[in-house]
Amino acid sequence: MGFWEGLWRMALAPLVVLMVVLTTVPLWIWLERRVCARIQQRIGPNRVGVMGLLQPMADAAKLIFKEDITPAHVDRVVYLLAPIIALVPSMAALAVIPFGDLQAADVNIGVLWILALSSLAVYGVVLAGWASNNKWSMMGGIRSAAQMVSYELGMSLAIIAVLLTTSVYAASHGGHALSLRTAVNSQQGVGPLAWNFIWHLPAFVVFIIAAVAESNRAPFDLPEAEQELVAGFHTEYSSFRFAMFYMGEYVHMTTLSAVCTCLFFGGWLSPFAGIPLLARLNVSTVPVLMYLAPLFWFFLKVTLFIFLYIWLRWTLPRMRWDQLMALGWVVLLPAALVWVAVVTVLAGAGKVVDGFVFSGDGWFRLLSLLAVAAAYLIYRRRRGSS
Amino acid sequence: MEPNESIAWVALGVAGALALIIASALPFISSLLGPRRPSDVKLQSYECGITPEQEAMGPVSVRFGVTAMLFLLFDIEVVFLYPWAAAFGRMGLFAVFEALVFLAILAVGYLWVWKRGAFEWDK
Repeated sequence: MGFWEGLWRMALAPLVVLMVVLTTVPLWIWLERRVCARIQQRIGPNRVGVMGLLQPMADAAKLIFKEDITPAHVDRVVYLLAPIIALVPSMAALAVIPFGDLQAADVNIGVLWILALSSLAVYGVVLAGWASNNKWSMMGGIRSAAQMVSYELGMSLAIIAVLLTTSVYAASHGGHALSLRTAVNSQQGVGPLAWNFIWHLPAFVVFIIAAVAESNRAPFDLPEAEQELVAGFHTEYSSFRFAMFYMGEYVHMTTLSAVCTCLFFGGWLSPFAGIPLLARLNVSTVPVLMYLAPLFWFFLKVTLFIFLYIWLRWTLPRMRWDQLMALGWVVLLPAALVWVAVVTVLAGAGKVVDGFVFSGDGWFRLLSLLAVAAAYLIYRRRRGSS
Repeated sequence: MEPNESIAWVALGVAGALALIIASALPFISSLLGPRRPSDVKLQSYECGITPEQEAMGPVSVRFGVTAMLFLLFDIEVVFLYPWAAAFGRMGLFAVFEALVFLAILAVGYLWVWKRGAFEWDK
């Protein structure tokens, strides 16, 4: 390995990835404001730049020139550090996301790194709430801590279910089971039919709901419920420290969408891959497109998830606190737990009969579809009788 | 450790350091650029115009403590599942049965906690 390749891999790739992701944040904010405007039959920002695209940049420039107020009664050190603690973990988590060939750090424990940093994100919020020494901030911070830890359980269990089939794939095809790259590779096949969201449908649903709750967004935005808590944990923050919580929310959304894309939506894989009639669209032999196509598909999928976040936020009413906690503990956690047990049995059975008619994931996929269909039919019947 | 792997770890450290630098630089730049004109009213904690009467840092509902303890318990169980899941592909049927026993014990604990009313927040 030459000097330049070493430099690229060790320092420039992480820098490029972080810069790309930070550049997407204004884009998501613009998307959010335009989409929410459309949903509310308004037009939204359209004056600054083409179609208002520069509006978030103008807002950031305004915020950076504002007074940075530190109220008198706060715990000064923690108060000043909290926005940094909120932003760093979600940015650092992006290092292990494989955007096609571009990846900041190709370590073999990607999933663990994501989980560890995503649980650190709760510190920023709860410390901000506590250090502000303000009733609204305190309530918002405590609520947020309870909410984030509750939904993290369902989320980690949903990831374990996917990890099981990835691990079976890694045993036969090579690669580390905990690497997100292996998770994407295990979804190669006939276009979207090979992606995990079909074969791990319960885990996918649990993950999506938990991801919305983890990023403290509506319908789970109790920590910053403006009608009851002013602005929740960031009530006291002004200037760019407020902007950092705002940025942190969007970076967190990007991270979770990217993880979801890798685990459930085939990462950088093209939806047309492996489909006979569309084989002509396969660009993997054209020199430049070979590198751009995976990036394009990855960002398209991430954008779809961000759009889903925005759509949910401006469509659903906020949940009540006890409903929110009950959903996490009484619905998502047992659902994910049962699905892990089901996948264990099905993937175990699949390994026993491997090579008989189907090979690899074939048996698991067939049995998984049957299990979900059976669960749905039982649900329909029980609902019909009561 | 292979050279590629150790490079990846260095890159991970660099990414973390860059995130820290960017996140610390932004509020620092802002504090240099922004004006600084504090006044008594501005430095009060914001309670919708009403003068705050007491400190906000104080005891909170004990339900949050229960939630935190339950989270610790279940999160440790989940952490135990990760190495098992990573090795699942390379292990035989032993992995299946062992995990089912583990999940069964976890489920019994979960049902007990549920029966004791730990998941009722409206009472």
